[in-house]
Amino acid sequence: MSIIAMASIISAGLCMGFGAIGPGMGQGRAVQGALHSIAQQPDERNSLTRTLFVGLAMIESIAIYCFVISMILVFANPFWGYVMKKAGG
Amino acid sequence: MEVVRIDQISPDLVILLQWGFVTINATLVYTWLIMGILVIGSILVTRNLSTDITVSRWQNLVEVVVSGIRSEIRDIAHEEVDKYFPLIGTFFLFILLSNMLTFIPGYVAPTSSLTTTAALAMIVFVAVPYYGIKKQGIGEYLKEYFRPIFIFFPFHVMGEFSRTLALAVRLFGNIMSHEKIIGILLVVTPLFFPVVMQVLGLLIGLIQAYIFAILAMVYIASATQAHEEEKGHLKVAEKKA
Repeated sequence: MSIIAMASIISAGLCMGFGAIGPGMGQGRAVQGALHSIAQQPDERNSLTRTLFVGLAMIESIAIYCFVISMILVFANPFWGYVMKKAGG
Repeated sequence: MEVVRIDQISPDLVILLQWGFVTINATLVYTWLIMGILVIGSILVTRNLSTDITVSRWQNLVEVVVSGIRSEIRDIAHEEVDKYFPLIGTFFLFILLSNMLTFIPGYVAPTSSLTTTAALAMIVFVAVPYYGIKKQGIGEYLKEYFRPIFIFFPFHVMGEFSRTLALAVRLFGNIMSHEKIIGILLVVTPLFFPVVMQVLGLLIGLIQAYIFAILAMVYIASATQAHEEEKGHLKVAEKKA
């Protein structure tokens, strides 16, 4: 029974840790591109900022998926019910 | 006062009443609260609309919001703002209000439960073919699925489903994660840091409301504006001052 708890916690931590690397780097590059474009054409600043925010939210959602998996493993673990039943029964 | 305990992942699990198969949980109650605020607020504001120079404060606020949403939709849909404005405006206002009220103690955002966000994403999933078929006719709309090459049909279909799922999970993940982080931080380091995180949560809620509405508009526009370049359309650059 403690194997399930251990595995859940460790994999939740690993999932969030690895899941934050890619989106972090991707968002950095997106902001770099947006700043470059704003510096080249300051008149289009509104449209560029809007597109930047939309793009950032799309990239952010990848990290959010990993976070949701971690939360489910820690708080709403689907295997706990089965284990509790077996321990009690 | 704690409506949702820290080990419950969503307000769906807080059940208030249950008659037979009808379950009233906390998500429903908060959704009704948001609906009530929006409807009653709008009725009260639009009772005496005036077209003079001096308008009341609330009418000014409503006009700012409405013209802001209309200009955003016009950027994407180019001329048919009125057809899509009710749907997109409702998405934006509902999600915005439900994310903004989180600083009230005892309030849990209904968008922090996967059922609410899945329902909103299902509305988009139904609205995209509806507007596409209404604009282009069913034959032309279905031919779009085979458009670049015949093989692309399963990719288009899977893209539809994954876009809907991404809409639901993005909104749910952002709002639910913020509620949980505030809860955990209140246990670990109370008094200052949770307030800063609460402010960040308001900003994230605003951005996510905007993202949801704009993405819904982009999906609808991509289904209705398939062959503008073949017909050779003139783009009149009218910038709203």
